[in-house]
This record gives sequence, C-alpha cells and structure tokens, in this order.
Amino acid sequence: MDNTLWALGRVSGIVSLILFTGTVVLGILTRSGRPLLSIPRYSLTLIHRNFALLATIFLALHVGTLVLDSFAKLTVADVVVPFLGSYRPFWQGLGTVAFDLVVAVVVTSLLRRRIGVRAFRAVHWFTYAMWPIALAHALGNGTDGTSKFFLMLAICSLISVGAALVWRFSTNFLETAKTRQEELQ
Amino acid sequence: MREVLHIDWTRCDGRGLCTELLPTLLGRDDWGYPLAMQAAGGDPSNVVIDFQHSEAAADAVKLCPKMALALAYEADQADETW
Repeated sequence: MDNTLWALGRVSGIVSLILFTGTVVLGILTRSGRPLLSIPRYSLTLIHRNFALLATIFLALHVGTLVLDSFAKLTVADVVVPFLGSYRPFWQGLGTVAFDLVVAVVVTSLLRRRIGVRAFRAVHWFTYAMWPIALAHALGNGTDGTSKFFLMLAICSLISVGAALVWRFSTNFLETAKTRQEELQ
Repeated sequence: MREVLHIDWTRCDGRGLCTELLPTLLGRDDWGYPLAMQAAGGDPSNVVIDFQHSEAAADAVKLCPKMALALAYEADQADETW
C-alpha cells in the first residue's frame, strides 16, 4: 500500500504539471481573443477552464497521496505552510507556495461573477508566478526531477510557456490589434 | 415581457465570444465589438432575445471574459399599450 501511494504521488505531480502547462498556454490563447483552427472562442474558454480543474484534481491527488504516505513524512501543516518540511524544505516549500496560489486562483475563478473582474484578474495574474514555482519544485524536490524523461518534459514545457509568453507580449497578440492600431494612427 | 441582453460598453473589449454564441443576433464590427442586429427600441446596447436563443444568451453572459453582459426582462411594447 505504501508503494502505491508513493507512486501515485509522484505520477500525479507530473500529470498535474503537464496539465497546468496546457492550462497556461490555453489561458494565453483565450486572452488573445482568437479562435484556434475550427475551435471557437467560447470552446477555448471552456477547455482552458476544464484543463485547469483537471490539473487541480491531479494536484489534490498529488498532495493527498503524499500526506497519507508514510515515506514522504508530510504533515497537514506542510500542505498550506511552506518551508517547514523535513525533506528538502526549500524545494518542498515551493510546492506548497504553488499549491496555495492554485487554491487562490481556482477559488477566485469560480467566484468570478461575485467578486468582479478586477479582483479576479489581480489574483489570476499569480498564475505566472505559480507555474515556474511549480516547475522548480518538481525539478528540485521530485524523485524523478532529474531523470532524463522529466528533464525533457521540463524543457518542452518551458518552451511551450515561453513561446506563449513571447507571443503574449508581442504587438499583434490581440485578434483586433491591427485594426485598433490603425485607428490610432 | 421579453428577454433583453444588455451590453455594458464600459466593460466590453470585443473578445467575440457572444458574437459566436449568438451569430444571428449579434454582428461584429472591425474592432471586434458586437453589433445588435435587432436592437431593442433602437438601442444597440439592448438585444431582444427570443425563446430559441435564450440558452445561448445565458451561456454568453456566463462566458463573457469581461462580464460585460447581463440578461433582464422588460415589458415589451404590447404590454405597455395595455
């Protein structure tokens, strides 16, 4: 049973990271206001949301199994309070910080219509901090963090998010960017 | 009574989700903003929603990234004359 929890904890962390990478890229695509091939904008918004919720479920599985696992020696406090862990407290603490940020982003997203656009967006920006923190946690704390497979995955993830970010800050990012700029000239 | 979709122009950023969900009721201008094809009382901020588009309009309200849409019921002209 111990081995099962440990294995589940490790693999769910990796799956969660892959899904969060997809979520960030989809979020940036959603923000551009562009459809993707034949996928309309409203579908992309829903896919972005569902990726995020699925990633969060795997994150809950990652944290939950490792709290129950006797080898990981995680306490309930470690789930929310960073840098108190017994094994590599700094790298584990980064995971806790990322987890707290995910909780904040998910809760404010679900309550978006109640708390308003400004509060929602302010908290949502923390995703850009959460994602690299989570990746650093995986590399520094993960049992598979330095394996060839995981390093390849990390590089691919970095390239995906990095490329999406470069596009995000380019002048023609918005679908209507060209028309709106012409109007100003 | 009739259902009316209200567009808040101070919030709208022309992201285009509503025009995809209600293609027969909302057009789109060059800047991406929605244009009411059947404006209520000539007001382009209020779009009359018939029964068959009710669900799509509710989706548009929920999915609008800028929360610029709201659904309301108002008395139509026939009601007013009575």
